[in-house]
Amino acid sequence: MLDLHGYGPSIFNGAILTIQLAFLSLLIAVLLGLLGASGKLSSKRPLRWLSTLYTTLIRGVPDLVLMMLIYFGGQIGINAVTDWLYNTSDGAIDIFFQVNPFVAGVATIGFIFGAYMSETFRGAFMAVENGQIEAGKAYGMTGWQVFNRIMFPQMMRHALPGLGNNWQVLLKTTALVSVIGLADMVNLATEAAKTVREPFIFFVPVALVYLALTTVSEWVFRQLKRRYSVGVMEG
Amino acid sequence: MGQASAPLLATDIYKQFGDVEVLKGISLEADKGDVISVIGSSGSGKSTFLRCMNMLEIPTSGELRVHGDSVRFKTNRHGLREPADIRQVERIRSQLSMVFQSFNLWSHMTVMQNIIEAPIHVLGVSRAEATERAEEHLNRVGLYDRRDYYPAHMSGGQQQRAAIARALAMNPEVMLFDEPTSALDPELVGEVLKVMRGLAEEGRTMVVVTHEMAFARDVSNKVMFLHQGRIEEEGNPQDVFNNPKSERFKQFISPSY
Repeated sequence: MLDLHGYGPSIFNGAILTIQLAFLSLLIAVLLGLLGASGKLSSKRPLRWLSTLYTTLIRGVPDLVLMMLIYFGGQIGINAVTDWLYNTSDGAIDIFFQVNPFVAGVATIGFIFGAYMSETFRGAFMAVENGQIEAGKAYGMTGWQVFNRIMFPQMMRHALPGLGNNWQVLLKTTALVSVIGLADMVNLATEAAKTVREPFIFFVPVALVYLALTTVSEWVFRQLKRRYSVGVMEG
Repeated sequence: MGQASAPLLATDIYKQFGDVEVLKGISLEADKGDVISVIGSSGSGKSTFLRCMNMLEIPTSGELRVHGDSVRFKTNRHGLREPADIRQVERIRSQLSMVFQSFNLWSHMTVMQNIIEAPIHVLGVSRAEATERAEEHLNRVGLYDRRDYYPAHMSGGQQQRAAIARALAMNPEVMLFDEPTSALDPELVGEVLKVMRGLAEEGRTMVVVTHEMAFARDVSNKVMFLHQGRIEEEGNPQDVFNNPKSERFKQFISPSY
């Protein structure tokens, strides 16, 4: 057994934080991805431009750089707003906001992976046959019903492979939040390793936890794939 | 002509795609129990006309009434016509069930789920009642034992009969058929036509875009022949088929061999 010099519980807490971070980021990424995909497929040109700008920008800049930009840039932006409020109200509105590293981490990872999800969902929506949607309209369904009852379940089948892939990369990208001082698993292991001067024994359990999470994820995605492939002829 | 409360009344429908004028003023009145066959060669505009009936295509001009309810239009800022009230369009669509050339059964649902979907979510029928009625419709199209199959596991003829059951489940004012047998293997056409003939005999109001001349001649009570977006010939099938006035229609129905 590895001797973690009493840092076991601390690293376990870091793992919990990693999981929370990953799930919340996934939620935001999926929502942004659906929005981005709708924008790209929209008939309105400004929406198409905006979503293309979003995905081009995000996919072209390294995750680490984006994280720094959003974390520090976000603080500068908020300060500018609160300063302006303070000045224009002659000191009546005096707010101070510190960007919480957890919120910043979730926002950044969600924002980055939203761009990848946009591409995944865009392709998946395009793979749904138009006749399926027309049949929904022709039977008097509202736009939301067509989306919710027909497009979404059929789109998910095409989206799942890409979604699963993005999720695995997202999960591993959460390791980057240690650079903005968030006490995730990697951050805590780094601290412990520095103190005890035995880096290897702290990063082995960290690697194992990531491996366990990705293995469970693969199983979950296989179940989801079964569920959304219902009615599809097996080739 | 001109019964304001006819199940379906289309007056002077025009449809333009870009610079191409596909429909040049077509009118149709479907009274209760009418079976109207719309025939014509490909590109004559017959499918577009049918799709204008339930607003899958928005007519460039012309009036559309379903049971006296006239579709309201507005002009958007690009100068194009669009429905003024999408709720009204949805309501009208729920009264006009469409049967498509390529069936378009929802592939992620079983036959039963396909049939009860719109009655439950659009008409607000209870699941129990929708299921009970669906069983009757399945019996009538001869697919009761296939109710838990997915569309991909059935033949084209079975899928189209299931699609007809789905249309019947809406208890529609008018059924619209868009070349219902054109995508079927020849030996499967008969089973679908038999079901359609049965519907005609029980007095369903139907508008059928078709290439089946025997159906048009023997089953329908009105025939409409379209050519290049205009009505070239129309009337009851005996008159039209026995004494065609239009030269083009004569050519169309004369065997080419």
